Amino acid sequence: MPKLFSDFAKARRENTRMVPVPSQALIPDRDIYASPVLECVHLGIDFGGLKAVDDFNLTIGKTEIAGLIGPNGAGKTTVFNLLTKVYTPTRGTIMVDGHDTAGLDPARVNRLGVARTFQNIRLFNTLTVEENVMVGLHNQHHCGMATSILRLPHHWKSERYYHERALELLDIFDMTGLADHEAGSLPYGAQRRLEIVRALATNPKLLLLDEPAAGMNPSETAELMENIVKIRDEFQIAIMLIEHDMNLVMNICEGICVLNFGKIIAKGTPEDIQQNDAVVEAYLGKQKKEVA
Amino acid sequence: MGIKTLKPQTRSTIITYAIVIAAFLVVTVLDGLGFISNSLSGQLVPICAYVSLAVSLNLVVGVSGELSLGHAGFMSVGAFTGVVVAGCLARMGIDNELMLFAGSAVVGAIVAGIIGFLVGIPVMRLRGDYLAIVTLAFGEIIKNLLNNFYIGVDDAGLHFSMTDSSSLGMTQGTILINGPKGAVGIDKISTFALGILLVLITVAVVLNLMHSRDGRAIMAVRDNRIAAESVGVNTTKYRLMAFTVASALAGAAGVLYAMNYSTITPSQFDFNQSILILVYVVLGGMGNIWGSIVSAAFLTVLPEVLRPINQYRMLLYAIVLILVMVVPHLKIYQRAADALRRRFGRGEADDATESVATEGGEADA
Repeated sequence: MPKLFSDFAKARRENTRMVPVPSQALIPDRDIYASPVLECVHLGIDFGGLKAVDDFNLTIGKTEIAGLIGPNGAGKTTVFNLLTKVYTPTRGTIMVDGHDTAGLDPARVNRLGVARTFQNIRLFNTLTVEENVMVGLHNQHHCGMATSILRLPHHWKSERYYHERALELLDIFDMTGLADHEAGSLPYGAQRRLEIVRALATNPKLLLLDEPAAGMNPSETAELMENIVKIRDEFQIAIMLIEHDMNLVMNICEGICVLNFGKIIAKGTPEDIQQNDAVVEAYLGKQKKEVA
Repeated sequence: MGIKTLKPQTRSTIITYAIVIAAFLVVTVLDGLGFISNSLSGQLVPICAYVSLAVSLNLVVGVSGELSLGHAGFMSVGAFTGVVVAGCLARMGIDNELMLFAGSAVVGAIVAGIIGFLVGIPVMRLRGDYLAIVTLAFGEIIKNLLNNFYIGVDDAGLHFSMTDSSSLGMTQGTILINGPKGAVGIDKISTFALGILLVLITVAVVLNLMHSRDGRAIMAVRDNRIAAESVGVNTTKYRLMAFTVASALAGAAGVLYAMNYSTITPSQFDFNQSILILVYVVLGGMGNIWGSIVSAAFLTVLPEVLRPINQYRMLLYAIVLILVMVVPHLKIYQRAADALRRRFGRGEADDATESVATEGGEADA
C-alpha cells in the first residue's frame, strides 16, 4: 500500500486528524503524515474596534521548531495569549493535539499540552529555583492535601519524585547548583532559562517561547540555540518562538510565520521568508520606485 | 549536619516548633515557681488562641496573599459551635474534660471549615481590595446572624429558634445560646496545655501544607497568578483551599477561646477582633509563621504587663504598634541589621544568594 494511504488508515483508526487541505503548515511536506500538534483556523480577537489578530491560520507539526516574527506591535504576543487562553478568541478555533480548546481556561490548556514562557519574566519570585520547577511538575504527580498535612508515606514518595525530576530538568541548563536559590535573585539570563525549565516540567507537546533570547549576549544566545534544538530532539516536542534576533530565528526555525498588523503576511522556510517582498516591506518600509 | 547546613526552609520549621515548646516549658516552670501573676496566668489560654488565629490567618494573608478581614467571624462560628457541642456532650453524660474539649474543637473546626468553604466560593471570585471588603462584610453577617440564634438542649434533643428564647418551647434543659446575650455558663475546660497543643497542631497543619505540592501551588498563585495558570495550577481551587483550612483552624481556636470564659457574646467577635488578628500577622511578617507566633503572644501580653500604668497603657500599646511598624523601614535600623548579619553570617545559603544577586548587577553598593 502507498505510504500516504496507510497513514490515512492509521489516522482514522486512532481517530486523529490529518493536516487540513489546503495545508496551513509552515512546511507543508514535512509533517503531512503525522497529525499536527496545533491547528489554528480563522483565529482572531478584537480589542474594541481594533482587530488585534485576524484570520490567523496555522498548523504546526509534532516536532517542528517554528518562528513567529513581525515588527513591534504586530500581535505576536497576542497570538501566544490566544493560544494559551489568557485571552478568549473572538473568532476561530484552536485545536491542540486534536482537541478543541474552546471554553477552556489557561490551566486546562496547559494540561492539554501547551506550555509557555513570558516576554516579561513571570517566575514565582519568593520560591526557590527548585520549587519553581516543582510547581511546573504540579500535574505530573498527585498528592492530596490530607496526605501532605498528615505526612503519610505517599507524601515523602511524592516529594522525592518532585525533587529528583526537578533536578533532572534543571540539569538541561546546568542549573542544578542554583536549586536552593530564590528565583527572584537570579541574574536575568538564568531567570529566562528557569522559565523554560518550568514550562518543560509540565510535560508539554507544544512549547511557546516569547523572546527567549531577549537581553542575552551573543554567547548566551548561541548556547540557547543549541539548547532549544536539544530540547526538541530529547523531548520530541514542537516549539514555537517569538524572537527579534534574526540570527537565532533563521538558524534554528524550520518554518517561519510573519505577522504584521495582526495578519499573516508570509509563511514558509527561512529561505522563503528572507526573499519575500512583503516581509522586507514590513520591516524596512516600501522601497521608492525612483531608487529602483 | 549542623543547623547552618540545613535548608532555610527546614531551619525555619525547627525554629518555629522550638519557640512554642520552649515557651511552654519556660512558662510552666515559672508558674510552678510562682513567678507569674494571676492576671498574666489568666491570659495564657487567650494567648494560645490568638497565636493559633494569627498563624491560621497568615495562611490566607501571607501564604495565599489575600487580605481577609473576617477572621473573627470564623472564630465565632467555632466558638459557638463548640459551646453547643460541649453542652450536648455534657448532657449525654460525658464529663471527661479532655473528651469534651476534643469533641467540641473537632466539630467546631469542621463547621467553621464548611462555613469558610461556602463563604469562600463567592469571595474567591474577587481579588485585592474587593476581596477584603467582602470578607469584612461576611464577618459582620456571621456576627449578626449569631446575635439572633437561640439554641437550647433538653432530653428531647436540640432546640433552635431565631425569634427569642421562649419560642424554643423548652420546659426543662439548658439554653446554650441566648441571642445577643451569647452563651452563658460555659464549662471552663480550656487549659494552657490544651492551648499549646492546639498551637502545635495549627502550626503543624500550616507548615506541612506550605511545604507540600498544594502549598507550593498556593504560594505560586500568590507570587504570579498568570504564571501559575500557565503551568496548569487551578488558581481558584488553591485560594479556596487556603481560605477553608484557615477558617477551620480559626474555628478550633475559637473553641479554645470560648472554653476559657464562662460567658461569650457574639459582639466580642466583631471587626476590631479581625483587625487585631491581622495586626499580629502583619507585625510578625507575611508568610512568616514564627513571626506570627511571637507577635501574637507579645501583643496579647503587652496590655497586661502595662496594667500598672493603667491610664496610659492603651496609649503605650498604640505607640509600640506604630514603632514596630515604622522602625524596620528606617535606614539606620537596616544598616545595623545588615552589619549584624554580616558579622554573625547566617549560613552559606544566604551568602550564595547574595553573590548571585551581585552578579546580576543588583546589589553592588
